[in-house]
Amino acid sequence: MTHIDAPPDGSGELRGLSSDGRLERVLKSSQFAITAELAPPDSADPEDVYERARLFDGCVDAINATDGSGANCHMSSVGVCALLSRQGYSMVMQVTCRDRNRIAIQGDVLGAAAMGVTNILCLTGDGVQAGDEPEAKPVFDLDSVSLLRAVRMMRDDAHFLTRRPLSTPPRVFLGASVNPFVPPHDFQIHKLEKKIDAGAQFIQTQYCYDLPMLEDFMAQVRARELHRRAYILVGVGVPSSAQSARWMREHIPGLHIPDSIIERLERAGEPRDEGARICVETLQALRDIEGVAGAHIMAYKREADVAGIIDRSGVLADRELR
Amino acid sequence: MYAVRRWSVRHARAMEILYAGFERVLIAMQPLFRLIGYERLEKPVALVERGVKGLLFDCRMCGDCILSSTGMSCPMNCPKQMRNGPCGGVRADGYCEVKPDMRCVWVDAWEGSKRMRRGTRIHQVQPQLDARLQGRSSWLRVVREEKTRMTGTVSGQ
Repeated sequence: MTHIDAPPDGSGELRGLSSDGRLERVLKSSQFAITAELAPPDSADPEDVYERARLFDGCVDAINATDGSGANCHMSSVGVCALLSRQGYSMVMQVTCRDRNRIAIQGDVLGAAAMGVTNILCLTGDGVQAGDEPEAKPVFDLDSVSLLRAVRMMRDDAHFLTRRPLSTPPRVFLGASVNPFVPPHDFQIHKLEKKIDAGAQFIQTQYCYDLPMLEDFMAQVRARELHRRAYILVGVGVPSSAQSARWMREHIPGLHIPDSIIERLERAGEPRDEGARICVETLQALRDIEGVAGAHIMAYKREADVAGIIDRSGVLADRELR
Repeated sequence: MYAVRRWSVRHARAMEILYAGFERVLIAMQPLFRLIGYERLEKPVALVERGVKGLLFDCRMCGDCILSSTGMSCPMNCPKQMRNGPCGGVRADGYCEVKPDMRCVWVDAWEGSKRMRRGTRIHQVQPQLDARLQGRSSWLRVVREEKTRMTGTVSGQ
C-alpha cells in the first residue's frame, strides 16, 4: 500500500470523484480508511514535520494537518501541507474559522489546492480561551457550515463567494466534523445532515471513548441514510494514563470520556499498554459498525505507537501493509 | 438580559405568533416607509429595534435577523457567532465551552424550535453574514426585501 497521492493521469479528472486524492478513492472503493493527526511542530525546521509524518508511513490513507488545534500556536496547516506535498504525502488540510476571515480562507483554499492538497476539513475551531493566546481577537467570520458551502461553491460553481469566477476551481474532497458525544444530543444528527447538505463528503468525529453512545448515533445515521451521503470516520485516541485522561476530559472542549475508561486505566499495571489496547479494541469494534467508513486516529504524544496499533487491530488486514 | 432571553425561548411559540403579526403590520406600512424614505428611517427604527429585541433576546443587531430559524435564541450571543448550530464544545451540562455560566445558545435554540410551528427552519443552511449590516435594522430590511420580492426587481431572493 502506497502513501502517495497519485497525480492525475493526464486525462485530468477521475470519473465520479471530486478530488484526485487517495482518501476519496479508498473510501469510494468501500475499504476501511485510516487517517491520523500530525501534531504540528513549534519550529521552523521542515525536518520536524517529516520526522512526524514518517511515523505514519504505510499505515494511513491521509495525514491531518491541524490548524491551531486547541487554539494553540503551532506551524500552520498550510505550511505543514506545503511541506508534506513536497514529499508526496496525502493530506487533510484542516481549516478553522477562528483566525481568518473569508478573504484569507478562500485564498488559502486555492493555494492549498495548487500545492496538491486534495482534502479539506472545514471546522469552526476552538474558542481562543482554550489555548495559549487567550488575548487574541477571535474572527469567526464564517462558521463550519458556511465554510463548507463556500468551498463547495468554489469547487462546483467555480467562483468565489462574491461570484467572481475562478479560472481553475480547487478539486478537493470536503470534510466536516461532528461530535455525537455532547449536548444537544438529539440535535447532533441534524447538525450532521446540515453539514452534508452544505457539502460535507466525509466526516471525522470527535474522540470516541463511548461505543454505546456511538452505536446510538450510528443507528440514527442509518435511519436517515446519511452514511450513504458521507463517509464517517470515527475519531479514536490512545490514552496514556488515568491522570492524562482526566486532564483531557477537563480541558479539551467537547471531549467525553466515561468513568469506566478512566477506571480501566487506573487498574492497569501498565496504563500505556492499556491505552493502546483500548484503541485496538475500539478500532476493531468500529470495523463492525454498519455505516462507519473508517477511523481517524488522534494519538497525541503517542504517534510512534500508531503503526503498531493499526497492525494489531487488523483493520487493514485486507490490504497489503508496507 | 439573560433571564429575559431565556424566558423568550421558553415562549418561542408565542413570540413566533407575535412576530408573524408584527411582520404583516410592517409590510402593510411599506408605502409609508417609502414615502418617508428608508435611509431617513434607518436610525430611529434601528434604535427601537435595538431596544425591543435587546430586552427580549439580547439582540446584537447583526442586521440579518434569523430568530425565527433559531428557536428565538439569538445566535449572535454565541461567542463563536455560530449561525448553523452548536459547535462541538458544548459542555455535558449544556453550557457554553467559552462562557461556562451561559447555557449554549444552540441548546436553547433547539428547545425553542421544538416549540415553534415552523421550527424546522432551524435545519436550513445559513450563509455567511454580511458584516456591513451590523447595527442596521432587520425590520426595515424585511420590508424592503418583501418589496423587491413582490415587484421582482431583485432575483434570487
